[in-house]
Amino acid sequence: MTKEYKTITEISGPLIFLEKTEPVGYGELVHINLPDGTTKRGQVLDTSSDVVAVQVFEGTGGLNEESGVVFSGETIKLPVSKDMLGRILSGAGEPLDGGPRIVPEDRIDVNGASMNPYSRMPPEDFIQTGISTIDGTNTLVRGQKLPIFSGSGLPHNEIALQIARQSKVPGSTEDFAVVFAAMGITNEEAQYFMEDFEKTGALERAVVFLNLADDPAVERIITPRMALTAAEYLAYEHDMHVLVILTDITNYCEALRQMGAAREEVPGRRGYPGYMYTDLASLYERAGVIKGRKGSVTQFSILTMPGDDITHPIPDLSGYITEGQIVVSRELHMKGIYPPINVLPSLSRLMNSGIGDGKTRDDHKAVSDQMYAGYAEGRDLRGLVAIVGKEALSERDQKILEFADLFEDRFVRQGRDEDRSIEDTLQVGWDILSELPESLLTRIDNKYIEKYHPAHKSN
Amino acid sequence: MKGEIYRVAGPVVTIMGIKPKMYDVVHVGHEGLMGEVIRIEGDKATVQVYEDTSGIKPGEPVVNTGMSLSVELGPGLLESIYDGIQRPLKVLQEKMGDFIDRGVTANGLDRERVWEFKPTVSSGDSVTGGQTIGIVQETENIEHKIMVPPTVSGTIEEIKSGKFKVDETICVLAGGKELSMMQKWPVRMPRPVDKKFIPRRPLITGQRILDGLFPVAKGGTAAIPGPFGSGKTVTQQQLAKWSDTDIVVYIGCGERGNEMADVLNEFPELQDPKTGRPLMERTVLIANTSNMPVAAREASVYTGITIAEYYRDMGYDVSLMADSSSRWAEAMREISSRLEEMPGEEGYPAYLSARLSEFYERAGAVKSLSAEEGSITVIGAVSPPGGDFSEPVTQNTLRIVKVFWALDAKLAQRRHFPSIDWLTSYSLYTQGLADWFAENVAPDWVPLRDNAMDLLQQESELQEIVQLVGSDALPEDQQLVLEICRMLREYFLQQNAFHPVDTYCPFDKQYQLLKAISKYSDMAQAALESGIPMKDILSIESKDELAKVKFEEDFEGALNVVMEKMDKEFAALGGN
Repeated sequence: MTKEYKTITEISGPLIFLEKTEPVGYGELVHINLPDGTTKRGQVLDTSSDVVAVQVFEGTGGLNEESGVVFSGETIKLPVSKDMLGRILSGAGEPLDGGPRIVPEDRIDVNGASMNPYSRMPPEDFIQTGISTIDGTNTLVRGQKLPIFSGSGLPHNEIALQIARQSKVPGSTEDFAVVFAAMGITNEEAQYFMEDFEKTGALERAVVFLNLADDPAVERIITPRMALTAAEYLAYEHDMHVLVILTDITNYCEALRQMGAAREEVPGRRGYPGYMYTDLASLYERAGVIKGRKGSVTQFSILTMPGDDITHPIPDLSGYITEGQIVVSRELHMKGIYPPINVLPSLSRLMNSGIGDGKTRDDHKAVSDQMYAGYAEGRDLRGLVAIVGKEALSERDQKILEFADLFEDRFVRQGRDEDRSIEDTLQVGWDILSELPESLLTRIDNKYIEKYHPAHKSN
Repeated sequence: MKGEIYRVAGPVVTIMGIKPKMYDVVHVGHEGLMGEVIRIEGDKATVQVYEDTSGIKPGEPVVNTGMSLSVELGPGLLESIYDGIQRPLKVLQEKMGDFIDRGVTANGLDRERVWEFKPTVSSGDSVTGGQTIGIVQETENIEHKIMVPPTVSGTIEEIKSGKFKVDETICVLAGGKELSMMQKWPVRMPRPVDKKFIPRRPLITGQRILDGLFPVAKGGTAAIPGPFGSGKTVTQQQLAKWSDTDIVVYIGCGERGNEMADVLNEFPELQDPKTGRPLMERTVLIANTSNMPVAAREASVYTGITIAEYYRDMGYDVSLMADSSSRWAEAMREISSRLEEMPGEEGYPAYLSARLSEFYERAGAVKSLSAEEGSITVIGAVSPPGGDFSEPVTQNTLRIVKVFWALDAKLAQRRHFPSIDWLTSYSLYTQGLADWFAENVAPDWVPLRDNAMDLLQQESELQEIVQLVGSDALPEDQQLVLEICRMLREYFLQQNAFHPVDTYCPFDKQYQLLKAISKYSDMAQAALESGIPMKDILSIESKDELAKVKFEEDFEGALNVVMEKMDKEFAALGGN
């Protein structure tokens, strides 16, 4: 087990190749002892009786043929314990906060195992984030994976933090934790997150994994897996409801591409590896709720779309795996609206199972659909107004045009600390809908109009 | 024969020391992980392994089963939920808990369950491959026919009757060949049929835009491509729920776990509109989610279609939904790239097109070996990257399938569901099915539909003008066209899959709805010609009331009330 090999024959990018080893297991954890006394870690990517390929997490700088390689005989495992809460760890799971090593209650394979679809509980518990564009029109539920699709320079971090701060299941007092994994974000961004966690006391119930922009790219491939392993442990062994924030998926995919290139693989679209879908799925799919267990893992990842292009392979493949997406819009941001969430391309696939009577309110879906329809039409009309002028519009169309403005100004816009309850959100919805003639509210059942429409309610 | 592992690289394992045939199933490593031989080179062979290979080392043993990847066919398939290689997920959960471990085998059919077998042949009869020798009541409404395996024939020496387990002998042929209720069939080989027909009956789905505008025939093929969030999965699930076939095989291929959980939860509770029994009783589910091993994903599609063929051979109409064929193609690409094969377009293997057509070719309306008429309708979802239909999987699929239901993200964003674009979708079955519609729906159904399609086409042209000059600038008759089309879109094409009544729309109701819109159109046209101002025609109240009749339990009653009112209102306008 502890045999040290000095048979490196080739070093290429993050990879090293060795010969004449005893049989080595695929995916095994590897320790590499450098001549200067430092140790690096790696993982077996390809193993045969003749040659073994290892990817080195901390990069191959300083490695030479004199370096010794020790195979651990096991796959990469994360020591886990409830004491992880409040700790800051590196992207590879080592303490960064000066505290002691984690005393493990268990050691778990970071790759996780796929959940048997038969054991899954369909997610249906409403999570209130306090943000109207999410709660009202793209509702998040426990066990969902809902990423934020954003662009460079947009306030996605603030939105993520606001969600982490405010998220709760109304009327529930169950244990709640946040697992935060930074992948290749800048030191400054990381500090911004940490400061907020400390200020709000959120750190006490958080586990933080930091792989920063200047940390080795290869390590990024392990970081989210570490975080999700910790999350699963807290959720399924300690009955906690865990919100996992992964940022930034784009950096993760870049690392994946870098590795693929180093391995001289046949590239897929835009040079990303052909298995990127499967690889991303192995992260995203680790959200969920299991029948008969109390905890849950909910994922909220941040993804910056290169060039704001939603058809870029990273957002595209993500969108096919995740249960919807929250799209941050540059246009709204330029208008000075916070949070600049464009509800039209946004979607929560699990919304229908998390809302309605007994969960949020009976009129929720109707109100949401009506606002969607009105806002979509209003935005189309803006294009028309640019050509023919507002006067050329019929009275009905003018009303809808105004509605789109109201929607952005009152429903979308809210304060950075404004925590709207679902009742508040729906109230704002009704307030702006009541500016439209009642005959235009075709998607709302009459019984809800009588029950909630301000004009009827006051009677 | 025993051999050993030479190399492990993810799901691709190279073995040596045994001489397997192509597509033989082998067990690799100490844990006996299941895999399939996909390349032979000298004394080495390459195996795609259906389970995670972490920790597997060179030198570990390999055992060849000598059999190609097969499924078990027999009573007990219905109501089952399998992974990609026909392991029942429920049994896996019992054996290894909530997470899928590896190295666990599980029989596709329950060996303990006892079935009542009633023979339909007697000793002395001679039987040929595919012939029915007896029946088993598999579920309340499905009679499972026990057939002689296609490759077997002979004279019956002994035939039993009574209660048996699937692997017990129920029939002995002269020469000692024993038959049980279960047979195995290699998934990559289509089951033989007597002959194939041109499909002439429509698949009724209860979805207005599908049945009405772009019908698929029983035994036909259809593709649903669309970007994410455009409603592919909901459409597929609607088809699985409401299609008027006897058997439904639903393959969740590389899709979301939570979605599969939803299906698994919902199907047992839903009722078959035809029989009132739980839908699950006619359904076989195959769930291989995106994070389950990629090689098993590649196999899942074949597992599904083989099960479908088996029921087709009994004379049933089967519909098969594959969600999504793109994930299947990606699994092929992933394995191909690990084999370091020369890539074709966008990294997909050069045989992508061949594999896709082989798969869709297994659909069809047939006369089976036992002279029964059955069919398989294949409906494949396609997930084109970036919603770009020019990518290889969509293009290769379109070359094969006869029906194209194009999902559109723009429609989805304005909550127009099902968001099937009526301008780009097509069905090549409309002509072939015209006679059926004339006979079984109404003689004027086809002209009604053609007229609606024509109007919608006109609308898209008119919309371009409206975008430039506004709708008020159009002549009145064209404004009327726009209004009729709005009604067609909102009252007829839009359908709410989550509404208890609207989720399923019988053909008769579709006809009456379309007829009602057409009636308004005719009356409005006449009124316009007799000089009544457009404003008055548009302000007809009953026209707007028509919007809600599709949601009514008592559809006919509600429609009658609205139509009577419409007659009165038009009469009140004068003119005609």
